[in-house]
Amino acid sequence: MTELQLLTWARGTGLNIALSIFVLGVIWRLVEIYGLGRKQDLAPARHRDGASGWNTILRRSLAPPGLFKRSPITYIGGYVFHLGLAIVVFLFAPHIKLIQGLVGLSWPGLPSQLIDLVTVVTLAALLVVLWDRIVKPVKRYLSNFEDWITWLVTFLPVLTGYLAVKHLFLPYTTLLALHILSAELLLVVLPFTKLFHAFTSFGSRWYNGAINGHRGVPT
Amino acid sequence: MQGPLFDSFAGRGLSRRGFLKYCATLASLLALPPSAGRAMAEALAAARRPSVIWLPFQECTGCTESITRSHTPTIEGMIFDMVSLDYQETLMAAAGHQAEQALAKAVEDNKGKFLLIVDGSVATGLEGAYSCIAGKTNLALLKELAPHAAAIVAMGSCASYGGIPKANPNPTGAVAVSDIVKDKPIVNIPGCPPIPVVMTAVLAHFLTFGRLPELDRLGRPKAFYGETIHDRCYRRPFYDQGKFAKTFDDEGARNGWCLFELGCKGPVTYNACAHVKWNDHTSWPVESGHGCLGCSEPDFWDAGSFYKALSMPANPLKTVVPAAAVGVAAGVAVTWYNRSHKAAARKAHETAGVADLEK
Repeated sequence: MTELQLLTWARGTGLNIALSIFVLGVIWRLVEIYGLGRKQDLAPARHRDGASGWNTILRRSLAPPGLFKRSPITYIGGYVFHLGLAIVVFLFAPHIKLIQGLVGLSWPGLPSQLIDLVTVVTLAALLVVLWDRIVKPVKRYLSNFEDWITWLVTFLPVLTGYLAVKHLFLPYTTLLALHILSAELLLVVLPFTKLFHAFTSFGSRWYNGAINGHRGVPT
Repeated sequence: MQGPLFDSFAGRGLSRRGFLKYCATLASLLALPPSAGRAMAEALAAARRPSVIWLPFQECTGCTESITRSHTPTIEGMIFDMVSLDYQETLMAAAGHQAEQALAKAVEDNKGKFLLIVDGSVATGLEGAYSCIAGKTNLALLKELAPHAAAIVAMGSCASYGGIPKANPNPTGAVAVSDIVKDKPIVNIPGCPPIPVVMTAVLAHFLTFGRLPELDRLGRPKAFYGETIHDRCYRRPFYDQGKFAKTFDDEGARNGWCLFELGCKGPVTYNACAHVKWNDHTSWPVESGHGCLGCSEPDFWDAGSFYKALSMPANPLKTVVPAAAVGVAAGVAVTWYNRSHKAAARKAHETAGVADLEK
């Protein structure tokens, strides 16, 4: 198989398979989660749920008092790589083109030099949080296989994407194919691992806040 | 017809200076050091013209059309001065039995020394019956002649990789020359058609040094296939600035901006079009306003639409809707299982009293 054949497979069959598994998995898990249901609550609401829910979404996105000082790497590194990923994935012009090709939606992108900078910062932040996970005994003890593999499938698309854009080490064709394949691996893994928090974290925060408000513990 | 080359050059009024300039041009095209031009001149001047046999297989004659538009050196120069083209169906005057006799004689007289050029893919389906010359299949002819050749030149994408005949679903079982012949030096000169000067420069290299030029891992001469179209493209600065033509007639297209979004395959295509150009260095596809099709890459025909950007999905997403339906079905099934499990647990629940605790 030559590199062009690999790229052709990645853009065609491979992308179809990965997106199908992704869509299947995401819908399956969302239906499953929302289908769990809750017992009907017969008590009258003490406070309005909604406001408490929104407040919790915001509050849990910030570090609780004292924790920021105790583990700044987790908070800073975490914020930097999450924001970096969002910028690189959704504001890089070729990615917008891809989304437009798939679903027809498009929006303005950022200049590629700025994307380059954000990519490097994101890669650095991902490496720092990995290093932190390795050297801190408690974090290392709490980490299992899923933690390492999800870090890897998040890191690889960013790394291969940067190498492809910069034409480093391997021919562009090979790097573009590897980049698409690594993004496909991420799509396949996402619905079935903790990476699914991309779909659930805000929903679960809202739910927790809302139920607390309902019971009279507004946030 | 065979004799030292320089004699025939001189007979045609070519000066020594002109001949040296010509050799220097060829050497620089092949990215050889300046001293190679002199070596080339000495070798070519003394060389006896080697026999060349050109076999047309499953092809469209585009490669022959292309080489007849070669300008440095000209095809006439090649045929009459540098090589003894003993068999080329399209160009030779002889036909039928005469042509076959010429072929047999050329093979007999030059066993182990002639250069075999093949254009077109080799059909292997129905034992090769899809493509025959004088009652012989291409497959049989190649197997018969290849052992006697000094080297083989696979001219064009079909001979190099199977090309369009091999495109999905490949009804004739077309394969490349290198899939059949394993024990001879083969140089692939892919392109649909290949750049004329690349063909002639490779022949000149063989005449001068008696061996094929340095090849890459796909058997292509590195001098011409070492870099991508994209890397040598004069529109490359626009790519770096993010300036793209969106349609073939918008302002970007008129300003000569990058054609990546219109499906240009330049970034994944290794060829010399961008700097050698076509038609006596007049122009080339991207300069004329159309993206590169990637015709010199293996299986370019099956690499998705010519008009879709490389970063775009090659196929429309047909499987996502069924996948979503399966996802809903799986979610509903698991929900049903969860709920029935919960209901069963509730049903099996027994209230424990004080008496139970004392048991």
